[in-house]
Amino acid sequence: MWNRRGFLKKSVLSSMATLLGAEIVFAKNLPPKTLPLAFQPAEDILPGKHPDLIILNNRPWNVEAPPHLLNDAVTPGDKMFIRNNGIPPEGVDINQWTLTIEGEAALSSKSYTLKELKEKFEHHTYQLSLECGGNGRAGFYPPASGNQWTEGAVSCGEWTGVRLKDVLMDAGIGENAVYIGYYGKDTHISGDASKNPISRGVPIEKALEDESLIAWSLNGEDIPIMNGYPLRLVFGGWPASCSGKWLEKIVIRDKVHDGEKMTGTSYRVPKYPVQPGTKVPEEDFEIIESMPVKSLITSPKSGAMLALGKNLEVKGHAWAGDLEVSKLQLSIDFGATWHEANLESPVNRLAWQHWNAELSFPKEGYYEIWAKATDSKGVSQPMVIPGWNPKGYLNNACHRIAVKITAS
Amino acid sequence: MKKGLSLFFAIGIWLFSQCKTVQNSTNQNVSDEKDPESGLMLDQNLMLVKSQCTACHSAKLITMNRFTRTGWKEKIVWMQKTQNLWDLGESEPAVLDYLEKYYSPEPQASRRKNLEDIEWYKLED
Ligand code: HEC
Repeated sequence: MWNRRGFLKKSVLSSMATLLGAEIVFAKNLPPKTLPLAFQPAEDILPGKHPDLIILNNRPWNVEAPPHLLNDAVTPGDKMFIRNNGIPPEGVDINQWTLTIEGEAALSSKSYTLKELKEKFEHHTYQLSLECGGNGRAGFYPPASGNQWTEGAVSCGEWTGVRLKDVLMDAGIGENAVYIGYYGKDTHISGDASKNPISRGVPIEKALEDESLIAWSLNGEDIPIMNGYPLRLVFGGWPASCSGKWLEKIVIRDKVHDGEKMTGTSYRVPKYPVQPGTKVPEEDFEIIESMPVKSLITSPKSGAMLALGKNLEVKGHAWAGDLEVSKLQLSIDFGATWHEANLESPVNRLAWQHWNAELSFPKEGYYEIWAKATDSKGVSQPMVIPGWNPKGYLNNACHRIAVKITAS
Repeated sequence: MKKGLSLFFAIGIWLFSQCKTVQNSTNQNVSDEKDPESGLMLDQNLMLVKSQCTACHSAKLITMNRFTRTGWKEKIVWMQKTQNLWDLGESEPAVLDYLEKYYSPEPQASRRKNLEDIEWYKLED
């Protein structure tokens, strides 16, 4: 690792050597562990994940899927995006893992082992769409801060677990309950053990929905380590940061949960539309709840060339937060005309919906295929980037791919 | 771990003072090359930035973002307020110089430009 990085040897080592007052002999044989953290070469490999995922950050891991990788009806674990705020726990022992329910508005404090959770409560399986609140951030200008997600911080896996409401009711929900908050076993990237990387949650009404799960399984298997193994919350249709990973504690709060990244500007947008670049006072932000209507073209992969006269089968998914998608339209002329695609009903509430269409092209040339979904309240995706907001959330602009029609 | 970080910080400062002398003496020019290890742009302030900014997260969080100097300063203040980032002390201006020089917003490449130079007026009926 040392010696394939010429620069490291030349400049870091020579300055390190200078300050140590000596040459580092056999420096190229030093194991990477002996390097100061900042000079350690990046680990580019993520076990259990598809090699074509796009790595935005490797410390902490933030990884998204190119749209064509999301073509499966149910997202496989190896293609599911990762948004880590901290460092996942290592050496998880599922026999020692417990989940505690407590808080000002809990009638009792209760702890369950994984085994107890599985034995005591009824199991439920749902396909639930999870999208990062910052998916699409890269589209905003002036640039918004954070991981520059493009299209693929979204998934719809089949999650199995117990209903959050069953467990909350077992501990007892006080009449003063307003919100639930989670705590996970991941640690802050500064190494400060007393600091939570993230501790968010949802209003009690969302927590009590049938589809709100405490899950231990994705697509019939253990949850991938980076996606929360061995236990996590899953709230379909809301910013995925609500769905706490490596879950060890849930608090029933008598006020809006105030954990890490619930407050300030995190996962919040201005209460009113703002001019791009505006400095918005913190008290004018509100928490993001249901995600807006959106869709992806997952087949073909962008860049397809085909001969004139051939029809093109186009496929993808659409989702709309707490709502359903009622219509999916495609355009090959930048939105001048639209064609309606076949749209399937969701397998269950909060699952993404599949759509497909067959398109034909009038002549040779360059085309863009644009997809536009409309939700059950008649609200559609914007064709341009939607309202700018300081942290770059909720970009649900139409997805588009490029296609070239060549001489037959 | 906290101790580890302050030690790290100390090494950073130390490295910085070294780099400055080393690189001033070799009269290194500005380049548009990247440090292959971090992906950050090569510069006389590179070592300083690496030591101050890559202890917690990778440099990718820097290289994928674009802010004005004020914007970078705000990020630093935010990390100090909420994420345990230390006081950068005397090295802050040099860190900001570096961030501003290489990671400022580029001209807008967008599906549609934002409206600019708007002259606000009250519509009378
Ligand atoms: C003490 C630990 C620590 C150090 C040192 C540190 N950061 Fe951070 N930084 C964080 C944390 C934690 C986050 C949030 C990471 C996340 O959300 O994935 C962050 C996020 C960021 C972001 C994204 C901001 C956003 O809105 O999400 C940028 C840009 C950044 N850091 C730049 C820097 C720069 C520049 C330096 C050096 C001056 C630096 N960091 C040093 C802890 C640190």
